[in-house]
Amino acid sequence: MAERTTPETALPSERRQVGTLHNITPLLLWSLPLVFLGVFFFLPLGRVFGLAVQAALVQGADAALLNRVWSPLGFTIYQAALSTLLTLIVGLPGAYVFGRFHFPGKSALRIMTTLPFIMPTVVVAASFNALLGSRGWVNVLLMDVFDLSAPPIQILNSLPAILLAHVFYNTTIVIRVVGTALEQLDPRMEQAARVLGASPWRTFWEVTLPLLRPALLSALLLVFMFDFTSFGVILLLGGPRYATIEVEIYLQALQMLNLPLAGLLSAVQLFFTLLLTLAYSALAGRRIVQVAPRVQEEGLRQPHGWRERLVVWGTVTVLALLLVSPLAALSLRSVTRLETARNETVLKLALTFDYYQELFINRRSSLFYVPPITAARNSLAYAAVTVVLSLLFGSLAAYSLARPSRLNRLLDPLLMLPLGASAVTLGLGYIVTFNRPPLDVRSFPLLIPIAHSLVALPFVVRTLQPAIASIPASLRQAAAVLGASPWRVWREVDLPIVARAGLVSAIFSFTISLGEFGATTFLSRPEYPTLPVAIFRFLSQPGALNYGQALAMATLLMLICGLSILVLERLRLPVGGDF
Amino acid sequence: MLEVREIWKNYEGKPLLRGVSFEVAAGETVCLLGASGSGKSTLLRIIAGLETPESGQVLWEGRDLSGVPVHRRNFGLMFQDYALFPHKRVDENVAFGLRMQGAPSSEIKERVSEALERVNMLAFARRRVTDLSGGEQQRVALARALAPRPRLLMLDEPLGALDRALKEQVEEELRRLLHSTGIPAIYVTHDQEEAFAVADRLILLNEGRVVQTGSPPQVYEQPASLWVAKFLGLNNLLPGRVIQENPLQAETEAGIFQGTWAAPGKAVIGAPVTLLLLPRGAVLAAEPQPAGPGSSTGVAPINQLSGIVEDSVFRGDGFRLNLNTAQGREFSFFVNREFSSGEAVSLSVSEDSVRFLQEDE
Repeated sequence: MAERTTPETALPSERRQVGTLHNITPLLLWSLPLVFLGVFFFLPLGRVFGLAVQAALVQGADAALLNRVWSPLGFTIYQAALSTLLTLIVGLPGAYVFGRFHFPGKSALRIMTTLPFIMPTVVVAASFNALLGSRGWVNVLLMDVFDLSAPPIQILNSLPAILLAHVFYNTTIVIRVVGTALEQLDPRMEQAARVLGASPWRTFWEVTLPLLRPALLSALLLVFMFDFTSFGVILLLGGPRYATIEVEIYLQALQMLNLPLAGLLSAVQLFFTLLLTLAYSALAGRRIVQVAPRVQEEGLRQPHGWRERLVVWGTVTVLALLLVSPLAALSLRSVTRLETARNETVLKLALTFDYYQELFINRRSSLFYVPPITAARNSLAYAAVTVVLSLLFGSLAAYSLARPSRLNRLLDPLLMLPLGASAVTLGLGYIVTFNRPPLDVRSFPLLIPIAHSLVALPFVVRTLQPAIASIPASLRQAAAVLGASPWRVWREVDLPIVARAGLVSAIFSFTISLGEFGATTFLSRPEYPTLPVAIFRFLSQPGALNYGQALAMATLLMLICGLSILVLERLRLPVGGDF
Repeated sequence: MLEVREIWKNYEGKPLLRGVSFEVAAGETVCLLGASGSGKSTLLRIIAGLETPESGQVLWEGRDLSGVPVHRRNFGLMFQDYALFPHKRVDENVAFGLRMQGAPSSEIKERVSEALERVNMLAFARRRVTDLSGGEQQRVALARALAPRPRLLMLDEPLGALDRALKEQVEEELRRLLHSTGIPAIYVTHDQEEAFAVADRLILLNEGRVVQTGSPPQVYEQPASLWVAKFLGLNNLLPGRVIQENPLQAETEAGIFQGTWAAPGKAVIGAPVTLLLLPRGAVLAAEPQPAGPGSSTGVAPINQLSGIVEDSVFRGDGFRLNLNTAQGREFSFFVNREFSSGEAVSLSVSEDSVRFLQEDE
């Protein structure tokens, strides 16, 4: 009797041939991202730690060294705490208004509050410069109105400027996280409390607040983390007197050429960021389970009475002013020529595109020996490469994470580490690791997009992974049974479902790459600047023309990023992945 | 004690409650019965103070409550989905109302135990609310509403989330519990069997108006309108026309029926009516007399319904007989013997089981 091979009696080797992409290349899936991470993240990081060890042991850990570490650390914690407090003060009323009420213009305002978060730090710095700087709107208008000869408001290069920019950046986190939690709160619980005899104040204290606590903690820690690791804002708006750890790393590495100290500071920074990340997962991770299912948006209502209306419209106005005016100031200022002769105090406002035109001209005094507009070309080129790299490695990693496997418990935190490590540390690591040809910045321009891809990788993975995980295995199996080859299965089943998430990730990494400043300041060559670097250089130079060009470039960058956000919102996936 | 007077309330621009008025006396359990979406829950929330009506008043012992805020009314409200505080334990939930009243902690402990004991949940006192099953949560919600000894208790579809078997068991427990506390209670449901089990008095709500009040047997045996009859599941309806006023008789497709007038207004000869035949009012008819010299004038007997049996279903304490008349109309009666499908049967319906109703205007 001839034996027929059925699926049950087939040999294991034969059985494996029938299958989907997953069964065939498990090794490929996680090995490539790991190698990528290993060479371009862990290796440089290791070198940085080596530097740290060198500073601590070889040069001797004495009081002076401790002070050099403690001083920036102390300031970092101080400004982060202060910024977080101010952000909460501005953001909580916004969260209350968004979480409790319907009002006209709500969705437009929601997009407006998200814009600042996505803007590159140089754009934010330029915006505040355009608004509050010595050549900015407020000063110019005040000088004109009050006949002053010197700008009255000197807010730049000061702590208030830093705090203001941080509030500008992070208010949206508070509004989104706390506002959404408030919206999802079952109004019946508060009603039950009131029927049981609790006054409105007591209801808030006993029921609303405890149920909001995880969201509040989550927002607080997140904002603190972002303020703690802030680089561009401090460098550009704080000026020489204010140095957080990140700025100190930059100064020590690139100006003082004290690499060991820079390494030590990086290690300290990494330690604290890790601590914060752990605290975040531990404290804010616990969500209170809703006991009963709820209708969407049930708790939202129109504001009743003049008091509520005042709160709503007052908060909306403050938010709109705070979040929109800097960006508006930037774009307006980039097309405005202000003429104030020394003796006259008459303000002449003229609409001009001179600054934009200047971008295409290479004047002899140009800092880069090329027309500044080439910075835009370079940035776009780098961004395109970043998209390819991050999508490639990100999707491989996301696929391997979507399959249940013991390896994932190791892989997942590893992939998220670049999120915690600062871009500045990465830049430092690159210049100490990749400093010999052929793998050095001079001859290997790919290093910059690689650094960008590492920064973008966690976002890409976090966006792709849920989409991939949502595809049930039975779908792929059904396609295979119907005769589709593994490649065909991927194209017909996976691709349509994952395409949208892929598009979102692409836009993410594109925007991140365009605006990346921290690592790029270490890595970019003078002949090939990126837009952020160019803006930085032009802003630091005197002269109205340089100033105007900086603002013009910043406006361009702002417009591109803004466009990306609008497309993202249209695609309706949560911005920033899951908080 | 509680008086609801001419409550009008709009929902999304359209009137939901149109001048609802009723009273609840001390110690009474009153049931608001009506279709889903008829405004029953809204009415409870208005009484509790969580919503304000377009017009009308809520009075307690004669005093208007419109100026009194929610947390001072001392009414109890048990929500449809229980609304237990997920961040507090069972005993903390039950203690909430007592803490708001400012009771000393020793007294709180005692009364919490008492309330939990009453609903058989004392063993669960220290459990987290999120660990409980639906039935257990329902009991905790009831204990929480009762613990502060409210002067009125309102229950919004409290058994809605429970399955049939559990419901029947809890219905009777609930009734006994409500009576033992002596607190006046308003019970809201769309399930008429639940209402029958729990209520002392029914208030039927249709299209925003009170259409009938009365004890469950009263309402069941004397539904005031066709809507009430249909809502209560009384479906033996026979259209006809009044042919005689005294004794009241109507002519229908199935013969002549004699019964009692149950519609508003007076009977008028020639007026269209719908006859309701109560399901427990039928017995097997005596053999119909053939027309012949020894019989009476050969007129067909009145109050007799003939048809073919569809089926008869055993119901524990009797049989539910479903039959179709020659005109294709379906009827359903409770009888005490079994019939086989296809059998021809004649039923005699007693006069006081025939009600003359009219369509609502």
